[in-house]
Amino acid sequence: MSVLINKDTRVVVHGITGREGAFHSGKMIEYGTKVVAGVTPGKGGTVQNGVPVFDSAAEAVKATDANTSIVFVPAPFAADSVVEAADAGVKLVVCITDGIPTLDMVRVVNYIRPKGVRLIGPNCPGLISPGEAKVGIMPAEVYREGSIGVISRSGTLTYETCDHITNMGMGVSTCIGIGGDPIIGTRFIDALKLFRDDDGTKIVVLIGEIGGSDEETAAAYIKETSYPKPVVAFISGRSAPAGKRMGHAGAIISGGTGTPQAKVKAFEEAGVPVGNTLEEVVQLAKERLG
Amino acid sequence: MSLCCQAGGWGRAELKLYEFQAKRVFAQGGISVPQGEVVQDPEDAARVAERLGRVVVKAQVHVGGRGKAGGIKLANTPAEARQYAAGMLGRPLKGFTVNYALVEEAQNIAAEYYLGITIDRNADKAIAMLSSMGGVDIEEVAATQPEKIAKLHIDPAWGPWDFQLRDLVARAALDPRVSREIAAVIRKLYNVFLTSDASLAEINPLIVTADGKVVAADGKFDVDDNALFRQKELLKYREVSEADPIEAEAAKLGVAYVRLDGNIGVIGNGAGLVMTTLDILSRNCGKAANFCDLGGGAKAETVRQDLGLVLMNPNVRGVLFNIFGGIVRCDEVAKGIIDATGTMDIKVPIVIRMSGTKAAEGRELLKGTNLIPAATAQEAAQKIIELVKGWGG
Repeated sequence: MSVLINKDTRVVVHGITGREGAFHSGKMIEYGTKVVAGVTPGKGGTVQNGVPVFDSAAEAVKATDANTSIVFVPAPFAADSVVEAADAGVKLVVCITDGIPTLDMVRVVNYIRPKGVRLIGPNCPGLISPGEAKVGIMPAEVYREGSIGVISRSGTLTYETCDHITNMGMGVSTCIGIGGDPIIGTRFIDALKLFRDDDGTKIVVLIGEIGGSDEETAAAYIKETSYPKPVVAFISGRSAPAGKRMGHAGAIISGGTGTPQAKVKAFEEAGVPVGNTLEEVVQLAKERLG
Repeated sequence: MSLCCQAGGWGRAELKLYEFQAKRVFAQGGISVPQGEVVQDPEDAARVAERLGRVVVKAQVHVGGRGKAGGIKLANTPAEARQYAAGMLGRPLKGFTVNYALVEEAQNIAAEYYLGITIDRNADKAIAMLSSMGGVDIEEVAATQPEKIAKLHIDPAWGPWDFQLRDLVARAALDPRVSREIAAVIRKLYNVFLTSDASLAEINPLIVTADGKVVAADGKFDVDDNALFRQKELLKYREVSEADPIEAEAAKLGVAYVRLDGNIGVIGNGAGLVMTTLDILSRNCGKAANFCDLGGGAKAETVRQDLGLVLMNPNVRGVLFNIFGGIVRCDEVAKGIIDATGTMDIKVPIVIRMSGTKAAEGRELLKGTNLIPAATAQEAAQKIIELVKGWGG
């Protein structure tokens, strides 16, 4: 079992003829994901990785019945691609691109939300339901099928967490990289809601970081709704000085908000244990999984 | 610290404008600013005062609390303006060297308000904030009297409607005689915020003069660095704004580098991973000298460039690489690091932690080099901390 993507997911790749798009669509196909179409304006009628390329998302969706988009388009044009995908009728858009202007994302998120389209990212590794489908850029080798739901703002930390999960003999239902930007389509709380209703997910591992207050919001949600599954968490950036942006646009402590102390405290008050290292977090998950 | 940060905004910008630059942006957007000139020479301050009469001399630094630290002076004569500018220029103010002083016509202030616009990441919208309690203690207001700050979330599709602005001004309980003018300033500031891809636009104080004019007496303006590709005009402000030479160089090269105050250089592939490495060092009582993200891939050229940046910092006594092999395998990264370090003159120890795809193969490759392999981040942190101690760090 999984959330958002499975064997029936039909993917259209935006920017499929670009370097990243071409490489990763190949990797997704290798994994068994049904990549049914690509979009690159001006390259309609060509074929990339055995997949037909269309000039527009609307044509691609009409011709192939795609229900999910993944966007590799460069930052200056990525926002447009996300909206184009949403207008073409897919229900899930995964935006890998990083460096998109924040005001572009403000427009995108406010435009697509009323349409009921779910956006993952931007600036994220995408998502994977091991054994079902991969819609993203993560190294598939480190993932095994299992019952742990993983949600993370950081790409590499997700890979490492899932590597530990695999090494400890467990596996993942779905792993969602929600992205490291300040404005993202799906936050911790949204992903927690998805895992809540998934029978295949027994426990959730949440990988947060400094900046913003999405971790605190998630903790409050867990507490107030008596979340029915155990959750364990990790916060990166616990030694980061205030006012310094740590790589991710969203990872900054400013004006007293976004501090690791507040996040750890919120989780602990919600009964969510916070591990000091990724190994420790995975160990905590193992103990709770029984 | 700005009020916008406290209100859920985020001070992410890499490009912060000085007050005089922010005011230029405001003026281009049709917002009134005091007459004045920026100077680098005390003689020019006297010349400007000659022309404008009573002036305020303001040190240009990226730090709050300037006034209390002696960075804002009222000069009644050109001689005083010269004297105050001489006391500021080239000298440190709260840890920053003052390179510019803004010399402005002194204002007769009847009221001081606060106006700020930022992105509220919790609402996915821009937020405008307005308060009757402008001036230096606005953070205090936010903490103790949050009801004194009126807020408006702005729909990105439509921008603010006039009635919303009227309502915002009414809620802030400002002098009703200037409400129309204030509403106009908010709209103008929002327009500048949008067209310049700002992450923060703040006027504090927004003053009403004795003769009823609304003027931006001070300003902060931070630009979203993701949008700099389409903000070429603002890019020219970048170099003069950069405080740290290594960070400036990194910005030029497009490397995610942040200078810190320790002695262990840190490089990793992925922002989260690097941040976690800093945490592990800290927990083991080590101190990182920087944050540096290699990004995806790790070609010899990238390693050489990033390692070069890290070693520019004279405090660095050792370097810790933390690599997770994913799509890019550890053996490829190991080759990249070996190639890069082979061509560089490196005098400090380097510990490399590798895990993930082909980690064992990667560590095998490091044998026979000066590079020290480690299997876990904890082991790597302990090794580099020990080695740095040995180096008198």
